[in-house]
Amino acid sequence: MADFKRPLPVPTPETQHFWEGCQSGELLLQSCDECTKTYFPPRPFCPACGSRNVSVKSASGKATLYSYVINHRPRPDFGEEPHSIAVVELAEGPRMMTNIIGCPQTPEALVLDMPLEVTFEKANDTISLPKFKPAGA
Amino acid sequence: MKQKSIAIVGAAETTKLGKIPDMSQIALHADAALNAMADAGLKPSDIDGVATAGESPTETAHYLGITPKWVDGTSVGGCSFMLHVRHAAAAINEGLCSTVLITHAESGRSRVGSRGFARSPQSLQGQFELPYGVTSPPTMFTIPVLRYMKERGVSEEQLANVAVVQREWAAMNPRASFKDPISVDDVLNSKMIAYPFRLLMCCLVTDGGGALILTKADRAKDRPQKPVYILGTGESVETPMVSQMEDFTTSKAFRISGAQAFAEAGITHSDVDHLMIYDAFAHLPLYGLEDLGFCKPGEAADFIWERNTAPGGKLPLNTNGGGLSYMHSGMYGMYALQESVRQMRGTAPAQVEGAKISVSHGVGGMFGASGTIIFTNEGP
Repeated sequence: MADFKRPLPVPTPETQHFWEGCQSGELLLQSCDECTKTYFPPRPFCPACGSRNVSVKSASGKATLYSYVINHRPRPDFGEEPHSIAVVELAEGPRMMTNIIGCPQTPEALVLDMPLEVTFEKANDTISLPKFKPAGA
Repeated sequence: MKQKSIAIVGAAETTKLGKIPDMSQIALHADAALNAMADAGLKPSDIDGVATAGESPTETAHYLGITPKWVDGTSVGGCSFMLHVRHAAAAINEGLCSTVLITHAESGRSRVGSRGFARSPQSLQGQFELPYGVTSPPTMFTIPVLRYMKERGVSEEQLANVAVVQREWAAMNPRASFKDPISVDDVLNSKMIAYPFRLLMCCLVTDGGGALILTKADRAKDRPQKPVYILGTGESVETPMVSQMEDFTTSKAFRISGAQAFAEAGITHSDVDHLMIYDAFAHLPLYGLEDLGFCKPGEAADFIWERNTAPGGKLPLNTNGGGLSYMHSGMYGMYALQESVRQMRGTAPAQVEGAKISVSHGVGGMFGASGTIIFTNEGP
C-alpha cells in the first residue's frame, strides 16, 4: 500500500457504488436505459436526456491515452519525482482523470492514443484509486 | 442586449500592481473602486449597483459605504467580470439600477486577506480529479494541450512563441511586470513546470485589482472621460472539471460566448481592430483565436507565428502584455477589460491607432466558463 498523504475522495450517496466497485477491483460506469448513453462521473440520472432510469455496469477497463501533463513541481504528497496526470478515454466512451503508472514518466514512454488498462491502487481501507498502465504490461 | 445602450464611464486599476504586501485584498478592491470613481467623477453615493467576484458583493459594498439596490456575485472564475458587465447592462436597461460598480482585486502573490481555493473532497472534482495530483492551474489548465497539439499539428516552439510575442507588447507597457525581450529558446529552456509547459508559458502571480463603472449611454456624455460603449456580450459555462470538457481541442463555452457577442454586436471578424484573449497559459490565445472564429481550427499557431498579432500586425492581441507578462492576480478578466477600455479611449501605452472596435474574451476556471464583451468608441 502506497503511503497516501494526498487528498482522497470522500464518497457521496450518488458515488458510493463507484468507490465500492474500485475496492473490489471493478470499474463501474452508468448507462441510460432510455437513450443508451454511457457516462461518468456517477449521478442518478442521464446527463444526455435527463432520464432517471439508469443502470450500473462493469466497464472493460480498457482505455487509450487522451492527454496528459508531467508534473515537475515537487509536492509533499506525491514526492519529488515527475509524475503523469492524465485523462484517458475508456473503451465505453467516457473520459476520466487518472495517473499512468507502470512505465517511465516521460514523453517518450507516454504516447497519445496508446492502449491502457485499469489497475487499482489501494489508498486506505475504503478507497482504492483507479489508475492505468500500458496494456499487457 | 441593445447595442450601444450602455457605456463604461469609469475604469481604473489599483494604484500599484505587482507586489503589494502592505494592502489586504478588500483594501485593493476599494483602491480600484475609488480610482474608478475618481476617473468617472462620481462618489460612492452615486453608485446603486455593485458586482464583484472573489469577495462577496455584500463585503465590497459595505466596505465602500454603498447600499445598492442591485447586486451580482456571479463567481465563475477569471471571466466573472465579463459576465458582470453583461448582467449589469441588462439590469440598467431594465431599470433595476442606474450606475453599476464592478470590482476585482486579489492579493494573489502576497496573500494578505485573500481567500482560499479549497475544494471539498466530496465534490466531483475532489473525488475524481484532485486525488491524481492536480491542485492548481499549472497541472489542470494545461492537461488538454497535448491533444490539441497532436490534432492541430502544433509544435512546442509554436506554443512558446505565444509568450515571445506577448513580451514584445509588454515591453511597450511601463506597468508590465516583465518587459525584457525573450526568444523561443528562452521559453523552451525555462524551468519545466508541467510538461509540455515551461515557466515562461505560465502566467504571473501578482497583487492588484481593477474596477469599472457603467451607466446608460445617454448619461455618459456628461462624464469626464470619453465614453466606451458596449456593442455585444456573451457568456457560457461548460464544466467544473477539465477532464470532462467535451473536446480537448476546442472550448464549448468559448464558442457559445463568442458567437453570442458577435451576433449581438452585428459585426464580422474583419471589423475588429483590437483583441484581448485571457492568457493564463500560452495555449489560451490559440484556443481563443480559433473558437472566436478569427482563425480556422489549426491555423492559430501559424497566425501568431506570422506576426499577425504582434506589434504592427493586422490583429493586435493582448496589447498590455497579457497574463503572461503584464500581471495576473488570479482572476485576470478585469485587466483584459481595462486594456480594451484604454484602447477605446485612445490612452493605452501601446495604442492601436484609430481602433474603433475591441473584443475582450475571458475564461473562468479551467476552460470551465467564458465571457465576451465587445466595445466600441463610436456613439449611438
